[in-house]
Formats: sequence, structure tokens, C-alpha cells
Amino acid sequence: MENQGIIKFDHFGFQYTAQAEPTLYDINLTIRKGEKVLIAGPSGCGKSTLAHCINGLVPNSYPGKITGSLTVAGQEAGTLGLFGLSKIVGTVLQDSDGQFIGLTVAEDIAFALENDCVPTEEMHHQVEQVAKLVDVEQVLHHAPHEISGGQKQRVSLGGVMVSQVEVLLFDEPLANLDPATGKQAIVLIDEIQKRTGCAVIIIEHRVEDVLYRPVDRVVLMGDGRIRYDGDPDKLLCSDLLQSSGIREPLYVTALKYAGVTLTPEIRPSYLPELTLSPEQKAQVRRWFSRQPPAPAEPEREVLLRAEGVDFTYEGGHHALRGITGDIHRGEMLSIVGTNGAGKSTFSKVICGFEIPQGGSLTFAGTDLSALSIKERADHIGYVMQNPNQMISKTQIFDEVALGLRNRGVAEEEIRPRVEEALKVCGLYPFRNWPVSALSYGQKKRVTIASILVLKPEMILLDEPTAGQDLKHYTEIMDFLRELNSQGITVVLITHDMHLMLEYTPRAMVFHGGKVIADKSAAEVLNDPEIVAAAHLKETSLYHLSALCGVNQPEEFTRRFIARDREVRL
Amino acid sequence: MKKFSVKTIVAIGIGAALFFVLGRFVAIPSPVPNTSISVQYGLLAFLSVVYGPIAGALVGLIGHTLIDFSYGWGVWWSWVFASAVFGLLMGLATKLLKMDEAEMGKKGLIKFNIAQLVGHVICWGGVAPVLDILIYNDPLDKLFAQGLVAGVSNAVTTAIVGSLLCVAYAATKTKAGSLTKE
Amino acid sequence: MINLFNYIDRPSPIHRLTGACKLVCLIAWSLAAMTSFYTPLLIAMTAAALVLFRIAKLKLSDISFMLGIMFAYILLNNVLIFLFSPEHGVGIYGSRTVLFSLVGPYVVTTEQLFYHLNVILKNACTIPIVLLFVCTTNPSEFAASLNRIGVSYRVSYAVALALRYIPDIQREYRDISLAQQARGVEMSRKASLVNRLKAASAILIPLILSSMDRIETISNAMELRGFGKGPRRTWYSGRAFSRMDWACMAACCLLAGLSLLLTWRNGGRYFNPFV
Repeated sequence: MENQGIIKFDHFGFQYTAQAEPTLYDINLTIRKGEKVLIAGPSGCGKSTLAHCINGLVPNSYPGKITGSLTVAGQEAGTLGLFGLSKIVGTVLQDSDGQFIGLTVAEDIAFALENDCVPTEEMHHQVEQVAKLVDVEQVLHHAPHEISGGQKQRVSLGGVMVSQVEVLLFDEPLANLDPATGKQAIVLIDEIQKRTGCAVIIIEHRVEDVLYRPVDRVVLMGDGRIRYDGDPDKLLCSDLLQSSGIREPLYVTALKYAGVTLTPEIRPSYLPELTLSPEQKAQVRRWFSRQPPAPAEPEREVLLRAEGVDFTYEGGHHALRGITGDIHRGEMLSIVGTNGAGKSTFSKVICGFEIPQGGSLTFAGTDLSALSIKERADHIGYVMQNPNQMISKTQIFDEVALGLRNRGVAEEEIRPRVEEALKVCGLYPFRNWPVSALSYGQKKRVTIASILVLKPEMILLDEPTAGQDLKHYTEIMDFLRELNSQGITVVLITHDMHLMLEYTPRAMVFHGGKVIADKSAAEVLNDPEIVAAAHLKETSLYHLSALCGVNQPEEFTRRFIARDREVRL
Repeated sequence: MKKFSVKTIVAIGIGAALFFVLGRFVAIPSPVPNTSISVQYGLLAFLSVVYGPIAGALVGLIGHTLIDFSYGWGVWWSWVFASAVFGLLMGLATKLLKMDEAEMGKKGLIKFNIAQLVGHVICWGGVAPVLDILIYNDPLDKLFAQGLVAGVSNAVTTAIVGSLLCVAYAATKTKAGSLTKE
Repeated sequence: MINLFNYIDRPSPIHRLTGACKLVCLIAWSLAAMTSFYTPLLIAMTAAALVLFRIAKLKLSDISFMLGIMFAYILLNNVLIFLFSPEHGVGIYGSRTVLFSLVGPYVVTTEQLFYHLNVILKNACTIPIVLLFVCTTNPSEFAASLNRIGVSYRVSYAVALALRYIPDIQREYRDISLAQQARGVEMSRKASLVNRLKAASAILIPLILSSMDRIETISNAMELRGFGKGPRRTWYSGRAFSRMDWACMAACCLLAGLSLLLTWRNGGRYFNPFV
């Protein structure tokens, strides 16, 4: 019994009712008790559908045709049904706000117990125990908006563990977390697994972040099939990840660039145990000295200047404490920091959504405080994280034209300007389509086009790549870089360390309502003090350069990024 | 009562939350008490079309009660009840007139607006004043003046906001199949 | 935002009552106030409501915002009644005692003033009880209480969901509205009503359509944790009735019964001091 699979796919296939082609083909996969498995793959590869099959949402909420068989704990998934499966498989969804159903932490953890008609007394006792296990007992009576994103995820985990499940299924657990909190989440998952002996399945495309703690197996999916199923070390020695459109761990890519031959014996899947021979280390050092130094950034004029900007919310939360800094014309800049560090508030203050109580903001020499929200928008465009929250028209053309029409621009002038914006965003062929026919990434472009049409000198984007896989991420970011090269200043508010390294030469780091660093992205990420304070995550290149005895980690990072860009173009 | 699907339950909860937020924070006050130019009736009509009569009635009931609770002016059961009846009527009309929320052409919009007009007349011209007479024995003409203001303003907002919502929702159901790049 | 319903956590006998009990009392009390025009009863209820308010240790400053709205409402309501029907009281009480006359047809009579007094009393004895319910009942208990008094747990949970997601939707509304304002959408009084409503739609459409995506996520999350499988469920914040709860509920139901009795006694609904 010990080694029998708790989840067993046997020649399993699935086709959604509304779709012409199957989403999953001939899946053969066994997950054993107490095992920890990472399922990776690009968007649309079928990994989410696979997860829905395991937890029963397929076919209960998403109907379709199943072929082959899936057994969970020895029983056919179909006979267990959604509720039967929920006693065995606990699912932690990506959207922790959607999963947080209770009015308070305690009620949310108790939710499954309530549905099982557990008496109230006993429920209180069990909730307390689980809360201790996931370390939220201090906030049991807090409402969801009073706790942090990391704590919300712990609550979600507690809410499924309370049913004493045998399998924990995590659907993109890192998507909404800042880097340091993501790291803690991976540690927590590891600890919980060791303590409870549950099987753990993690669905993620951020392989490097998951590998912060070892996994037993990686399953790589592509086009509805399993491409690889086995040892993570062997996988990293191959080129399978790259060719499937998944980002390899950076240190692995760096080793490959340096010409180091990877073998499973050197443990490439777990950085703390990576062992390089003296010859391999020398190879890395030689590669470093051969690479040309990264070019210096040109001097630029100041576009936006903040001086001592101070802001306190009505409730008394002091969100900005004397922010001083410059944004230069034509640059691409990242603003990073934890949730609540003040970066979103800063962008709201710039756009005029909030009025600061102190300090000044000047834009190209004029004082911004004299301008209304609408007037500022002629110079500074703001793009929200979720395009669905911005789009109010059904036709693409109308959506992009909205800002001009609201400004009373003549219809003859609107057409050419909208068409131009659509061309810049690569949407011209779709100009007569309804918005609903577009993909998420295309919708994002529509929102950017609807801002660009007002011809702002600067655009501010909130988490432009959240929830995107490598392919879509690259598409959006390359597009933004293209815009930037046409002279538009681009400011990104982001959690994504790699985005900051790869695309923005400079980063402003917010912490506790202050700017604690304003320097190059590579310098920021190689400074352990800033990294710790702002909940960032050191890049693994920092560790690799230390391991190989390269004593200029920032320069090592810069050269790697420059090389990587060449290779990927 | 037939068992609701979980999705309908969630729709009622989120619908009531939306009704509350719109009613509490987007209302434009009008000079007659208990009446305001309230956009939430456009939402209510739309949700009733999509989720059915019982869901519509409960969204109106819960949403309106919560608004009254949060203002602290007491709960005006007669008006709360009228909101619920409006949701119910819109949901029933959807079935009766065979409206299809996924296809809101000109014909669908005409049906939608006839239904909402009749619904508002019944609720603010009938249900609310009659209940007020039973409870408070308020003067008749005062009640009908209030009902008229509420009914007309709600019908106008429903006609604009509700119709736009229906069209936007129907558009999200369009499939990409028939489209070509130009 | 956090405390939209103004729940004030203080130790008092009223706070200790279960939510379900307070809900029953609220309903019975409202029913009594709604049916009755028996002035002595209304005066007694208003006095009792004020006493209960003290017992709950609520201060005027806790509810000053709500009080302002309440007074404005009562005032307007009475002005309107008078404007539309200055002789309403005369019709009800069957006599006409002129005090003094205003402009045109507007004459102030004792009967009209007495009718106004009754309308004000009906409001005055209910509103404190609603405030009491809102201020002393933890929102977490709302749903459990509804279920306790016989509402199906599914519908009860819809109420809990509404309370849970109001702050989220409020925040989202604000964000969307600001981003749309930046694109020139205006809801100010300068625009005509139709344009204002169209502008409102530019905010409402994204808000409502993205909320419909949220409905799907939440219902998945709930089903995955077993919501809706049984004919009943228990509640984390549910509490058993104490002796005090039973006593309060009995008292309020008696009150409602008394009010109904007075209403149908001799067929005369009105306490008439003019005969």
C-alpha cells in the first residue's frame, strides 16, 4: 500500500464541451503519497485543466468529455464527485481574495468544517490548531483587508488543511506575492509537507522560485501532453525548459552560457547543493572576463521631480514620508517594494488621484498641483493592472477613442489618431473587432493604446506582466521597450525581479513610505540590506558569482542580462 | 423552494454587494426623501435578467436592507420590499418574453425596456405606496408624488445603465470565430 | 470602510445577546411600531428604546453621523406630509381644531399636529432599535442568525458574502472611477443627466463585468471546500440561546402581539384624544 499512487492518470484525456479540440491527450501520471511534484508549462498547455481534473472542478463546473481513467486514493474520480474529492485533495487557488470567503480569518479557516456540520465548540478548537500550524493565530479575528497577501495565502492553506486532506494542490501560488513572501510561501509548503506527510502538487511556471526548496519530481507539460516526468536535475541539464517557453533558473542559464557541461551529479536543481569543480568555476570566471562590459546609461534631463512628497490617508495611515526623487525623460524605470510600501500611493499622487499634504511635484518644469486628474492625464498615462477593470466599450475602436471623445476632439481628428495608436500597439488588423474576442495580453494592449492616444510623455503601468507566462511576458515587455525607444518615458510598478533586471536600468525602492534606494537594478538586487528591507529576492546570479569567486556581482549580473538579451532576440 | 446552485448564491451575494456600493456611494440625492437618482436599479434589472427572478428578488432585498442599515435611518420595509419585487418581476419578464441575455439586439432591448417600465410602475406606483399606507397611513398624494419621482428616475437610470450593461454583457459572449483581420 | 455598519465592540448585556435573538427582537419591534397608531404605546416604546440604548453603553458620539441623516429624514418627511395634505389629521380624527392659519389653504390644526406626533413617534421608536442592532451585532453573526431563525443556509450565506465583498468592491469602484476620470469621464453636475448616467456606465461596466468573473472564482472556491453538500451546516460564529435571549424574544413578541391587539380592538386603529 505504501508506494501506491494516491493520484493515478491512466491514458487520460479531456475535451471541454465548448471546444473543438481536446485540452489533454493521453496523460499517464502517478503521484505517490507524500511526494512533492512541480507541474510546469506555458499558458494554455493544459496544466490548469489537469489541476481541475484532480480537484473535481472538471467535470463538475467545467463539463466535457473524459477518456481513460483517473483514480484518486484508489477510487474513480467520477464516483467520488466534487465533494468526495474535496475530502482528499485540498486546493489553494491563485486568487487568494477569491478564496478568502469568510468575514474573518477564523471563519474562513472554519468554512469547510461548517459545511461538514462540525459542532461549534469543536470547530473553534480545530481552527486554533490549524491557525498555529500556518502561523496566523495572531490575526484570527482580522478581516481579509487587514492582513497581508502572504498571510491571506496562509489562511487559504489553513482553510484546506483543516479537512485533513492527503493531497495539497497549489495553483500558481507565487502569482500574487512579492518575491520575499513567495520565498516564505515555498518554505512554508515544504515545512507543512514534512510535518503532515501530504502529497504536494505545485502548478507554476516560475521554476526557479519553486526550486528554492527541493522537489521530488518535475512534470513538464506542453500542448496538452506530458513532455517530461522525472528528476529535476536531469531536466535542468537538458534544454527542455527553454524550448517549452519556460524560464530556466538564471544560474543554470549562466552556467550554460559559460560552457559548463551540466550533469545531474552537480545538483543543478538546488542552488545550496550545487557543486562546481575548480575547472568549472574557472570556466565561469573566464566567461565573465570575456564578456564586454555593459554600456553606461546616458545622461537625461529631468521630467518629473518629487520633492518631500508627504501623504497620509484619511484613516491616519501615513503612506508617503517625504518622497524625493527624479524620473528622467525617455527612461524606463522600475518602482519596487512590498505591498503597502507606498509605491501605489506614489503613482496615485502623481496622477492626481490623491492630493499630498506636503511637498511638491513638478512635471517638465510646471507644478502638477495646479492640474486636475484629467489635465494630468494629457501628460501622464496610467494603466491599471487588470485590463478588464479599464475597458468599458464593446468595440476596440470606441474603447481607444473614449479619451479623445471625452475631451471633445473632432471626429475627423479622432480616426487618424486612434488608428495610429492601434498601429503602434499592433492592433490595427483588429480595429473592428469586439474587445471580447481578444486574449488577455491583447486587451492589455488595448488599454495601453487607449492611453497612448492621448499622447502622454510618460506612462505608468501597475504590474504589467502579472500572471503572464514567459511568452506573453516577453511580448508585453518588448512592446513597452519599443515604445520607450520612441521616446516615451515608461515607469513600471512591479514585484518581478527579473523584469526589473532585464528591462529597467534604474530602480526606485520603496519601503515604509520612503525611498530607500535609487540606483541600478543590478546594484539593488546585489545589496543584501536593501533586498531584505524591501522584501525583494537576491538574484541567484549573486550566489553563483560568489560561488565562482567573481567579486563583482553587479557587473556579473549586468553582463549576463546583456548576453541573455542577445541570445533571446 | 428549489435548491440554488452555488453559483447563484454567490451571484446573489456579490450582486447585493454591488447594489449596496452603487446605492450607498454613487447615489445622486434628489429633493424628495427616500428617493435618489440611484443607478443600482439598472444593475438589479440586469442581474435579474441573467440570474433569474429569485436571485433578482434577493439581491434587491439584501442590498436595500444593507443600505438602510448602514445609513441608520431605520429600515423602510415598504421600499425594501418594492426593490425585491422589482428584481422578481424583471426575472419573470425575462422568462415570459424569452429574452436571451447572450443576444441583446434591438428586439431584446425593447423587451428589456418594456419590462423594466412596467416593473417600475408596479413597484413605485403600486407596491411601495400601498405598503406605506398600511404602515404609516401617509397621505395618498404625498406617497404617489414620492412614487412618481422614484419611479421616473429609476426607469431613466435603468433604461440607460441597464441597457448599456446588457449590451456590454452580450458582447462578451461573442465568439471570435466569424472575425477576420483587416 | 472597515466599519461600514458601525459595529461597536463594548461589553454590555445587549452585546452579549445572540445575533439571532436581536434579529427576532428587531423584527417583532418593527412590526409593533409599524402597525400601531396607539399613541401611549408608541411613547412607551420610544422611552424603552432610549433606555435600551443606555444599557448598550452607546454614546451619542458613536452615532452622530447616523443621527444627522435621521433628523434630516424625519424633518423632510413631515414637511412633505404637511405640504401635500395639511388636513390629513382632520380626516383621521374626525374633528377640526384650528390653531392658526398660514398662507393659502395651509391651516395648522391640533389634529394635524397630533398626527405628525404619531408619525414621528413611529420613527423614533424604531430607529434606535435598528441602530442598536447594527451597532451591537458582529457582522459575522448576521448569517448564522438568519439561518437560526429559519432562512435557508444558502440564502444566509449570500448575506455573509455580500458583507465580505462590500469593501473589496468599494475599493475596486474607486480605482476604476479614478482611472476613468483620467480618461476624461465626468460625473459632475455640469453634465446633463443622460450624460452623467452614460459616464457612470463607463465605470459600472468594467466593475460589474469583472465582478462576474469573480463570481465564478468564488463559487469554485466554495464548492472545492464542500459548500452546499448537506441539507444544513453549522456556523463558527453561531451561539446557543441563553435564558436572557429567550426572555428578550418573548418580551418583544408579546409587544408585537399587544400592538396587533390594540390595532384591531374595536376596529379603531387610532388612539383618539379628540373624542
